[in-house]
Amino acid sequence: MDNLLQKRFISLSDRLSYIQDIFAGKQQESVSLLQKQLDEFKEKDSQNLLENPYAALCSLEELFSDVESRLDALISPLDKVRIVRHPQRISLRDILENVYDNFTEVGGADEYSLDPSFVMARAVIVRRRGKKRYTQSVMVIGQEKGHGAEFRNGGSAKPWGNAKARQFMRVAETEGIPIHCYIFTPGSYPIEDYPGAAQQIARNIYCMAGLRVPVVSIISEGGSGGAEAIGLADRRLMLSNGYYSVISPEGAAAIEGRCKGGERPAQELVEKCAYNLKLTAEDNLGFGYIDKIIKEPPLGARPYHFEFFRQLRQEVIRATDEVVISAKLTPFKGMRIARRNKPNINLDEMFLSWGLSKSEKNRLCRMRGDKFLALARKAVVDKRPFMARCMHSLDDLIMTPWMQFKYEFYRKHQRKIQGFIETVDNEWDVFKGWICKPFGKGTKQKEDKSNELMSLSNWSEDHRHNRWNYLSPRYKIDQAVTCPNAGVYGCPDLWGPDLFAEFAGVCNHCGHHFPMEPEWYVSNVFDKDSVKEFNKEIESGNPLEYPGLDKALEAAKKKTGHKSACMTFEARIDGTKLVVAMLMGTFRGGSFGAAEGYKFVEAAERAAKNRCPFLAYVHGTAGIRIQEGTHGVIQMPRCTIAVRRYIENGGLYMVCYDTNSFAGPVASFLGCSPYQFAIRSSNIGFAGPGVIKSTTGMDVPPKYHRCYRALTRGHIQAIWDRREMRNNLIQALQTIGGRNLYYR
Amino acid sequence: MLNVSNLLEQIKQNPYRENTVCAPHTGVVNFAEIKSGDAVHGPEGQWKEKQGTALLTLTRERNAKTICAPEKGVIDKVYSEYENGFVESGCPLVTIRHHLTRDEVESIILKQSLYLFLAPERAKYYFVPEVEAKLRAASDPGSVLIHNGQELFIMSRMKRELPLYYSGPEGVIYAKYFKTNDNVDVDAPLIGVCPEEELPNIKEVIMRVQTEWQENS
Repeated sequence: MDNLLQKRFISLSDRLSYIQDIFAGKQQESVSLLQKQLDEFKEKDSQNLLENPYAALCSLEELFSDVESRLDALISPLDKVRIVRHPQRISLRDILENVYDNFTEVGGADEYSLDPSFVMARAVIVRRRGKKRYTQSVMVIGQEKGHGAEFRNGGSAKPWGNAKARQFMRVAETEGIPIHCYIFTPGSYPIEDYPGAAQQIARNIYCMAGLRVPVVSIISEGGSGGAEAIGLADRRLMLSNGYYSVISPEGAAAIEGRCKGGERPAQELVEKCAYNLKLTAEDNLGFGYIDKIIKEPPLGARPYHFEFFRQLRQEVIRATDEVVISAKLTPFKGMRIARRNKPNINLDEMFLSWGLSKSEKNRLCRMRGDKFLALARKAVVDKRPFMARCMHSLDDLIMTPWMQFKYEFYRKHQRKIQGFIETVDNEWDVFKGWICKPFGKGTKQKEDKSNELMSLSNWSEDHRHNRWNYLSPRYKIDQAVTCPNAGVYGCPDLWGPDLFAEFAGVCNHCGHHFPMEPEWYVSNVFDKDSVKEFNKEIESGNPLEYPGLDKALEAAKKKTGHKSACMTFEARIDGTKLVVAMLMGTFRGGSFGAAEGYKFVEAAERAAKNRCPFLAYVHGTAGIRIQEGTHGVIQMPRCTIAVRRYIENGGLYMVCYDTNSFAGPVASFLGCSPYQFAIRSSNIGFAGPGVIKSTTGMDVPPKYHRCYRALTRGHIQAIWDRREMRNNLIQALQTIGGRNLYYR
Repeated sequence: MLNVSNLLEQIKQNPYRENTVCAPHTGVVNFAEIKSGDAVHGPEGQWKEKQGTALLTLTRERNAKTICAPEKGVIDKVYSEYENGFVESGCPLVTIRHHLTRDEVESIILKQSLYLFLAPERAKYYFVPEVEAKLRAASDPGSVLIHNGQELFIMSRMKRELPLYYSGPEGVIYAKYFKTNDNVDVDAPLIGVCPEEELPNIKEVIMRVQTEWQENS
């Protein structure tokens, strides 16, 4: 066998092992057929029985192609997961070499990189118009899985890798060149070292929400937070064998199967979860979370599929062109986009400048935001009566111009108007005095000072016995409670009725905070009777029809009396009006889904409209609700965009974490807040100890997620005592905040 | 003068430490399924985050508290007469017989035979350069001789450096108990000093402990 023949034979062997790997024991008939043919060829060749070995190899290659095409129709969602993780799968470096005309890797090379899971490159695309050639630069950013290279960590980026990606996004923005993001990650590496996995992803998403250059993302393996860190784009394309999901099927199966201590879930359960999560490209296109599917060769693209790279090049150029054209104010937009979508068109021969003017950049950002904010609305169960919806729309119609008048016109001329009113008032006082003079001076009622002589204290204002407006129902349980720190600090046992009533759930020896109900905060932090809930009727649903979720949601609704894990309300604190979105850990662990996202976005918009401070109080959140799949994960960019718009409109957005706050919400719309606080004894992080152990193999030290660590690495700004939360909030409102707050 | 060999023989005759688990407070006792001769383990894990074997539950005011084994060993005695009974604070409930480890035996011998020079305040400690050089050059412990009043340490706290003079019997530095650049708490031992003539004896005993002492797995 000569070298060329041997090379092609090895290639076929690789293809066979690839098929075996991705079907993991299934499709044995096809596998054994191919194996048999391959063995026969090898045997005949070794005995020199083949008259024309090249022709025989060609027919074998054709057989392989036929079988691959036939098997392609039988791929299950879990097979797709195996495809994208296979070492033979195309990687970002293959794309850089085959899709772009030239590139320079920036931010390190191979293992000599801050994070080898990330590859960033300045790449160029050369296009022609007639005889003239145009070189267009792009910034290519993406996770690099390598072909089995251990140091790439499977594309699981560390926080500093995401930070590097953000840095080069900023560079691209400064240079005014488009960004192409290639998502090849099973998820972010869940460690809390500075800047913290969650905090950095939140920063990335916040940054991408406002990038003033076209951004196109291409998803191959889109694993939750890691994908979102570079996934917020104007156009989102997806490879046909890729997956985009809130969690890996193995992770979902481990949760479903309640596996503990590194126990592995059953394969059938993993397969079932992959199907139930609806993570394929077709599913995501149907939901509207991606814009287009790029068809891959049968059984997935591999580095020798050069035709696929040509197609990918056309698609990324088309997507970038479309984004640029959409941002421009030109009369024939639709026509220009349609022309680019004609079959067999070569976009290399159609030049379009990717530069944008200032107004076009603004429009681009606005369109990106609008696009994401419009997503996932169908996944929400909206049981508001028709009249309520009409009133909501009417309120928008009337209140928006009124608020604009109040804050944009009146505030500008406030000083003049107040001066005029004061002058009129003074004149009126003089006139009144002149009129009343003949009737003598007004009599002032004497203050009763007799009590002052009898007692030093005013007992009627003593709050010792009725300090709290709400007491936890646990105060009725007649038992002592042990503080978890008793072993360390020697805390004496606490009497339950004292602990949960007078002490507000705080150990009076060491200050440990026992979790309290969300209602405690609603009643005790905000002014009495000032809380007005809105969008109460928005319900958590089961958009993926995930087995068992309906029952679980019903139980949660019955238990808590709420219809979703997010309660949004307007309230006053020391007379200052604010909008609050509260994530309640009591409802399905505070998991965040489409309904919660809807309410959160509405709350942010309401706060912006009414020029109120916006507080996200996180009583507890376990992360994105996995049973809602991408309907949940899309809330990360959606809510971050809503928050960014609110902050850019001059609002004050504050976050206060309590009990346990993890995963998606912390890694997006919560973690992006400039002012984040935590209640003592709370835990903040990206992934819990179990997930860290199973993904990294690292033992997690005790107190790894404690808020004090988050404070040390600069994630949060302060830690508050629960009993002082009201006073601290008042002080925060008085001392920090956006420029457009009405009480300024 | 202490006879180190005799001390080791004494320890060998009874290589156990008895640890009595007492009631931390009043309450009703319910023993777990334990009996004399059962092996128990103490807190485990990299950070001792996993609790030891559950020995009993002590209930006071409907608050049931599990009491776990503080160290590895074998249960010697269970005071089962207190089962379901009300006990007062300090009442012995379980006795655990802990087989001494090699390090523990070594520590007992050294504590009794060495003179410990303690840190006068919380600070970082360094040997003076001459002593440091001698210690670095020496291959085995006990090669640096010190005497009372010798300038031995530099005590560094918040960039304030002061000389520290050794006070105690003349001898050789046998053990160093602090790490360079780490803060040492007040009254924590800095060095263990042994009289020069006792050095071969101590070395021999320690060698015997290292080679002969059997540890229970």
